[in-house]
Amino acid sequence: MSDFILKVKGLSKSFSGVKALDNVSFELKRGEVHALMGENGAGKSTFMKSLIGLVTPDTGEILLEGKSLTGNDVNETLKKGISMIHQEILIVPELTVAQNIFLGREKEASGKSGLLAGWLNDSVINTKAEQLLTGMGVNIAPKAKMKYLSVAQMQMVEIAKAISNNARVIIMDEPTSAISDKEVAVLFRIIRDLKAKGVGIIYISHKMDEIFEISDTITVLRDGKYIGTKSAFDLDRSSLISMMVGREIDQMFPEPSQGNGEELLSVENLGSNGKFSNISFKVRAGEILGLAGLMGAGRTEIARTIFGLDSFDEGQIQIKNDAVRIRTPREAIRKGIGYVSEDRKGLGFIPRMSVKDNMTLSSIGNHRKGAFIDQRSEQSATERMIADLRIKTSGTHQKVTYLSGGNQQKVVIGKVLLASPEIIILDEPTRGVDVGAKFEIYKLIRNLADQGIAIIMISSELPEILGMSDRILVLSKGKQTAMLSRAEATQELIMKYAVA
Amino acid sequence: MNTISSSRFGKLGQYGIFLAFILICIVLALSTPKFFTVSNLLIIGNQVSINALLAFGVTFVIITGGIDLSLGSMVAVTGVVAATFAHPDTFPLLVPLFAGLAAGSAIGAFNGLVITKSKVPPFIVTLGTMTIGRGLALILSKGRPISNLSDAFNFIGGGNVFGIPFPIIILIIAFVICSVILNKTVLGRYMYAVGGNEPAARASGIRVSNVKMWVYTICGLLSALGGILLTSRITTGQPNAGAGFELDAIAAAIIGGTSTSGGTGTMTGTLIGALLIGVISNSLDLLNVTSYYQQVVMGVIIIGAVVLDGLGRKD
Repeated sequence: MSDFILKVKGLSKSFSGVKALDNVSFELKRGEVHALMGENGAGKSTFMKSLIGLVTPDTGEILLEGKSLTGNDVNETLKKGISMIHQEILIVPELTVAQNIFLGREKEASGKSGLLAGWLNDSVINTKAEQLLTGMGVNIAPKAKMKYLSVAQMQMVEIAKAISNNARVIIMDEPTSAISDKEVAVLFRIIRDLKAKGVGIIYISHKMDEIFEISDTITVLRDGKYIGTKSAFDLDRSSLISMMVGREIDQMFPEPSQGNGEELLSVENLGSNGKFSNISFKVRAGEILGLAGLMGAGRTEIARTIFGLDSFDEGQIQIKNDAVRIRTPREAIRKGIGYVSEDRKGLGFIPRMSVKDNMTLSSIGNHRKGAFIDQRSEQSATERMIADLRIKTSGTHQKVTYLSGGNQQKVVIGKVLLASPEIIILDEPTRGVDVGAKFEIYKLIRNLADQGIAIIMISSELPEILGMSDRILVLSKGKQTAMLSRAEATQELIMKYAVA
Repeated sequence: MNTISSSRFGKLGQYGIFLAFILICIVLALSTPKFFTVSNLLIIGNQVSINALLAFGVTFVIITGGIDLSLGSMVAVTGVVAATFAHPDTFPLLVPLFAGLAAGSAIGAFNGLVITKSKVPPFIVTLGTMTIGRGLALILSKGRPISNLSDAFNFIGGGNVFGIPFPIIILIIAFVICSVILNKTVLGRYMYAVGGNEPAARASGIRVSNVKMWVYTICGLLSALGGILLTSRITTGQPNAGAGFELDAIAAAIIGGTSTSGGTGTMTGTLIGALLIGVISNSLDLLNVTSYYQQVVMGVIIIGAVVLDGLGRKD
């Protein structure tokens, strides 16, 4: 029998012309913990989804113990022995632990056949679940309702489910993102037990310490391409980081200017229970401040707080040296703040409304005669913005849902601009936007800064942060770890502070 | 390609009800000679008026993503309140009118207040108000119909102006005002925004609670207008009146293309929905079909309209 339990050869997958995976190969040994590393957007999730049959690759082959898995759907791969512990745990909260473990397999679990198999037998699955969980060395009652469990316990139940499925490969996607250090220790003990039993584990995490503690082998992906596989003993932090980010910044970013205007926004010791604390920074007119950090570092939370979407319990926000109290987005907009959310569909626009109606939503006050809307003034403002931002739309009455991602984003930016802001917060402004439109959005952002607007830009793409920002604030786990000038900032330095 | 074809389908769905309505009218005009006569059309308009008023109100509510089940009870309460002040030689006509409209607005505002402050779903809140309203109507009337109303009051629901029943005139005026609110005012724009994507509306600086307060209050006001019309037509304040009216009103809005998931809908659509319901029950009457069958037909039309609407939207 071969040492390798899973072999992936030349996997490629494109989504509407964009290569998410480009000829990726990967090998997993029995009893190995194999870490998969890469920046956001490197192709990790498409790779995992291909393995479990959620995504059908365009080309390439997946072999589980020598047998091809290509073309199988989620149920088949699960039966053949690949299980995934998702970051967002998928459970039915109102069912018990045992019912969740055997969900969809009640007939097999009951051990009966024919008509009797359809008869639910909770005592049989309770006993089986009990055996599984004690076998793992965890103390969870099989009859407990799932919703009363902690995140860590739910994870254990998911692992128990994988074991009961006879999983020979278990994929864990950021399993420690929401659990305490003590619980991590339990998780790692279980992982080591699984290794000893010959299960192969693909482990995904952004936390460097963990990666070096638990994994045997590390494979790095970047921009959908396979970069390399190394033994964890042969790698250190900095060489791993340069494998992950190693690329030149393209010439896509406009020239920075020496914006040194008036101080428009100042945040002092801002803190919000559990999400972030002690955040202090200032932004001047004409300046772009980049907010860098990994997912969950608290960047979006800070943006939402400044914009009045969330409340805070410590610190102070000042606009032009006046302390302000912002409780709703309405108050923020009135004080000159604009916010372009990372959640474009959720918070950015109203899909079934037209380009015009979306665009003037925050500034309808400028186009009204009493209670009535001045349609002509509204129309001309929208047309001006469509021209300025070069929005590709069949007209002002086109529904926003039919526009491309880049043009939807421009409509949202247009809406913010029509409210005449002095401070704009852009949260992942180019997410889901194709390369050409990205460049236009970069130029637009720099133009706005040159017009004297203070800009805060959140981005998970390091080249974008480096290319656009005049200064960079780096966050890690809700704390600010560095404020870097444009001159000193490098990808490696940002990564170092982002994982600090 | 995909987006073009689906938006075309959307147009078809939008006009589909209108075409269906015209088609049904033509068929009826050809098959039943009595249908297309002035007197019969006026009868239909008169019959439709109350349901249409309620449907206009609930259209506002549904566009914002809500629902109002208390319409029927509001009809009863406002009718009883108006009747109380409408006995001959007591108060001037304006008093019962104002009292009725004020009562409806107050109940609507109460709905809005509870919905925005408590975050309890509108379905539950207005289900509660529906029961409370019915109770109030029975309390205020001591469980008995209030009759002996002034001639002036009875004119509202039973009178004619130049041969046109007064309720039809009220219906037309209400339709125009509601259409203007929805299409030409900031409030109307905000209604679509709130129903289309509430978090995005809030993040755009819209005071979502204010919009909802307005919508439920307007819905209460229009229910009161319906209550006054009904009371005047039957010349009695009936505490048991209006039961089930909310479902006919919601049906008219839905047949007219208002999506229960919020964010879309037009007053014209709702008016056609209400007319369609009226025309069909009228024609089935003319054809001597019993009301038992009428209910089956109406149900089929409601489901059919939504299926048609669903075909038009793949997004």
